[in-house]
Amino acid sequence: MFESYLALALLIIIVTGFGAGIILVSKFIGRRPPLREKLLPYECGNIPEEDARGRFPIKFYLVGILFIIFDIEIAFLFPWAVIYKELGIFGLIEMGIFLAILLIGYLYILKKGGLKWE
Amino acid sequence: MLELDQLFKNIYLWGENLFTQWGIPLFWLELLGMLIVAVIILAFMSLSVLFLVWWERKVSGHMQSRFGPMRTGWHGWLQTIIDAIKLILKEDTTPGTADKIGFLIAPIIVFVSAFMAYICIPFGKGLIVKDLNIGILYILAITTFTVIGLLTAGWCSNNKFSVLGGFRSAAQIISYEVPLTLSILGVVILSQTLSMQSIVNSQKHIWEWYIFRQPIGFLIYLVAAIAEINRVPFDIPEAEQELVAGFNVEYSGIKFAMFFFAEFANLFLVSAIATTLFLGGWNGPLLPSWIWFFIKSFFLVFVIMWFKWTFPRLRVDQLMGFAWKFLLPLAFINLILTGLFA
Repeated sequence: MFESYLALALLIIIVTGFGAGIILVSKFIGRRPPLREKLLPYECGNIPEEDARGRFPIKFYLVGILFIIFDIEIAFLFPWAVIYKELGIFGLIEMGIFLAILLIGYLYILKKGGLKWE
Repeated sequence: MLELDQLFKNIYLWGENLFTQWGIPLFWLELLGMLIVAVIILAFMSLSVLFLVWWERKVSGHMQSRFGPMRTGWHGWLQTIIDAIKLILKEDTTPGTADKIGFLIAPIIVFVSAFMAYICIPFGKGLIVKDLNIGILYILAITTFTVIGLLTAGWCSNNKFSVLGGFRSAAQIISYEVPLTLSILGVVILSQTLSMQSIVNSQKHIWEWYIFRQPIGFLIYLVAAIAEINRVPFDIPEAEQELVAGFNVEYSGIKFAMFFFAEFANLFLVSAIATTLFLGGWNGPLLPSWIWFFIKSFFLVFVIMWFKWTFPRLRVDQLMGFAWKFLLPLAFINLILTGLFA
């Protein structure tokens, strides 16, 4: 099994090389003199006055946090799902309790307005 | 008949014979094999992307009572090839204020993650590069790297539109990732395996297709997948009217082409995954297995294009609310029902 992951790592290297190569080729074919105006960030004709990476709305951060909670939960669900038929009724009850705890969390988020997007 | 799996097996065996005769370690055969696989899949991806872009324009055109591209070749079939050549020849600028390294590697990340997912797609009977025992989990994991690419692209462009577009893309993709994965879990419970080839093998007859046993799951998957690849009812990150083009405003030339390429490669990818999980994969009567696979996948691609000209774009708050308040509970209910009746 380890060999097939080694092969995947190899493929990642090959394809990254390919991607970098095609950019390099294009750099030689498509070279034009750089002008100062050309290198300005695009902003509908205005000259940008400040750095674009200022403060950003907190809601994006909140979505990230929520995603991590639910994604980790799903990571726990995967092994459960694969052997579900072996576990039988025990697995169902156990996962039911796990999901119920998360449901309380979900309802709490909902009530606190964590999913509101203005 | 026209099955291709024996062909590849024979080529591999022939290579193995040759290498043992010449006394070269088999490691080099593996390496050569991987190189050939990379070239074949890249060629396949390029062909399908070129075809899909042309097809999208034709479908869009005919749905709006016009023809789409007509001038270059028969019904404009050369159009996308010429566009691709144009994009390679175009100047590739990097904004002066951008973060140069991040700006360069972002398209490569997106491109590589789209490519790596193709490794685990069963194109036909025995036509899979690596049938990993964690197949579907691997695909989910590797395609999520796209988010990092998009976020890097937006952040490193140092442009207001790009930064906002990158954030929106990331927020949208990770939000829809949750119901998407949950809908796949329903299939995993029924098939008791994560390997793509085994999932296909467990739906030999049409009544065993998981679309009939997981109809809600299929719909959730389809909706979430369209949101994952930022296509039209959910194309907020690229909303032309407000964000110009989202995270790829500053990209031009070949780097823009790579984002575009990955977008269409992902379009085919989600259709192929839906085919494998819900529509019986390459199973089908009479025709060779890989032809069945392509018929089903391209039909789903057509459905996704059809969506584009049927539904108007959602607002950002509707979009996020739909994922968290509707799709997520629905996916959980679907999972629990599947668990009860499996």
